[in-house]
Amino acid sequence: MAADPNASSIFPAGTRAPDFTLPSGLGTTVSLKQYRGTPVILAFYPADWSPVCGDELALFNEVLDEFKEHDAQLIGISVDGIFCHMAFAEARKLRFPLLADFEPKGAVSTLYDSYRKDVGYSKRTLFVIDDQGLIAWSYLSPEGSNPGADGILKALDSLKNGAAK
Amino acid sequence: MSDLTPPVSSADHAEGPPDAPVTLVEYGDFQCPHCGHAFPIVHALQKAMGNRMRFVFRHFPLTQAHPDAEPAAEMAEAAGTKGKFWPMHTMLFTHQNALDLDHLAGYAGKLGLDAAWAGDAVAKHEFLDKVKRDFKSGVRSGVNGTPTFFINGMRYDGAYEYEAMLQAVEAAAAD
Repeated sequence: MAADPNASSIFPAGTRAPDFTLPSGLGTTVSLKQYRGTPVILAFYPADWSPVCGDELALFNEVLDEFKEHDAQLIGISVDGIFCHMAFAEARKLRFPLLADFEPKGAVSTLYDSYRKDVGYSKRTLFVIDDQGLIAWSYLSPEGSNPGADGILKALDSLKNGAAK
Repeated sequence: MSDLTPPVSSADHAEGPPDAPVTLVEYGDFQCPHCGHAFPIVHALQKAMGNRMRFVFRHFPLTQAHPDAEPAAEMAEAAGTKGKFWPMHTMLFTHQNALDLDHLAGYAGKLGLDAAWAGDAVAKHEFLDKVKRDFKSGVRSGVNGTPTFFINGMRYDGAYEYEAMLQAVEAAAAD
């Protein structure tokens, strides 16, 4: 765990989140800008089918109701194709969209400084984007480490408190 | 991102003296095989540490992955109202493959509780609030899977093996 809580951030708070459009299923796509007006959580991750109990997406799936209390939309992104995503989402009962950063491979991950070209998959990164499309918080997890959801919830809390002021 | 929130209080299920120099907290799921693996290890730690360690268990059921985990946690809470939280905790971790409602009620009966009452309480989710409170506190504390352990309020990121954990709790006791 880094001593400086900002040491792992990727973009400074207030950076405009790059827009993108990616496949979410058979013939369907999701664009970041369609969520303007609500906070968005982007979770880049290396690959579908990692072990269940320590799995980041399984945890986020459980915490979804708390994200929803903040009106926040969670989106998962990896370089897996849509058929892989669909099978994975069904098997793990995931209740949020998984987007395929498949062709051109890793293009959106690269846009978010979340791609490892040497191995060909996304890093484990998190972005909380505010309702205006600005990045409020970002986090790069150390290799092999599940970040948990507390950082996301704290960022969503700050958004809410900021809006109340 | 790894401090226990809220700290251990009288609302928790605890074994061992409140003034023990080490408090080990586990966020666990009764249907999780890794928690099942950790169960005898925690027991061995308790034996080795004696009165120098207090052990606290909080619920962290991964309901989508483990459909029986939440009812099992509710049964532990139901048993807890009759002073049987820890015997039920042992019962559940030693019967991880049979945690459907009929079996849960049966375990209550085996522990001398009214099986019909306990089964009904779980079916009606009478103790779900406590389970959900534990889960939320885990999320806020940086629990990132099960089991997650905290030693004196700090998340333990080492292996769930006896030697590694004993070293960690001994170090905390010596602080």
